[in-house]
Amino acid sequence: MKYLVGFGRFWWDFIVGDSILLAVGAPLGLLAGYGLSKGDYSTVAEILFPVIVVLTLIASLRVKR
Amino acid sequence: MSSVLVVLASFLASSVEMVEALTIVLAVGLTHGWRTALIGVVSALLALAVVVAVLGQSIADINLQVLQITIGVLLLIFGLQWLRKAILRASGLKAKHDEAKIFETEMKELERIPVANDVLDWTGFVVSFKGVFLEGLEVAFIVFTFGANEGEWGLSAAGALLAFIVVGAIGALVHRPLARVPENAIKFAVGLLLVSFGTFWGGEGVGIEWTLEDAMIPLLAVIYAGVAFGLVQYLKQPAPAALAVVAEGAEG
Repeated sequence: MKYLVGFGRFWWDFIVGDSILLAVGAPLGLLAGYGLSKGDYSTVAEILFPVIVVLTLIASLRVKR
Repeated sequence: MSSVLVVLASFLASSVEMVEALTIVLAVGLTHGWRTALIGVVSALLALAVVVAVLGQSIADINLQVLQITIGVLLLIFGLQWLRKAILRASGLKAKHDEAKIFETEMKELERIPVANDVLDWTGFVVSFKGVFLEGLEVAFIVFTFGANEGEWGLSAAGALLAFIVVGAIGALVHRPLARVPENAIKFAVGLLLVSFGTFWGGEGVGIEWTLEDAMIPLLAVIYAGVAFGLVQYLKQPAPAALAVVAEGAEG
């Protein structure tokens, strides 16, 4: 049980770390890329996916004016 | 295709994959220690040897897309975490490296974790293992593909072996000079590389056809670097334009 908890904690730290936004935003970006490439919009996906990655990074900084 | 061309084609194609693996191994070595990085490499090579021995030619039937998505998304998340911390440190919103605090935290962690767990840095191991395993699998595809198409298994494998020796030698030569670069700069670069590889592999896995193919990786790195440096400059601005950033969290 102790090892299972340790294993789970390792993956939680590895995937979520300091910002859950990064753990959510990256798969969402991939999902968008998948949808676009399936719909024959691979060129759009090629641009949009890195843009989503950048937006996820900015959002994770939790910027407040 | 002549014998020389089979070797050359296999060598060049394998070199591209191996350089990608080397980049990740160097990144892990510089940040998580060479022992961890090399254990990841050896484990991945052993796992590859088993996979190749068991599957033989049917290795070409493995669903590479699933592997690319899994590894791509993990690299992306991990790389973004590093990049975020590096941006916060470079902009002065997070302490660059508080060794005393890290030591204290590490000691508390070690007291909590069983002795066997501190033998290996698992995060570094997983990243190193994944990078070498995925790229190694792609090299195996290349060897089998050229071998199957040309009926020259030996030459195809020789090209890949030559690439392994050349790329390995390059890695051995460059790891010492790289170790003298400031730590946050290394972490910044590693974050950029992991995010770039993650974007490329993950995208390829979900069906995005990158127009520039493998050349997209350095281009992504340049784009992400531009964005990251822009963010650092923006976050460095003094009040009232300054940004209140919640930068609490674990040191990395």
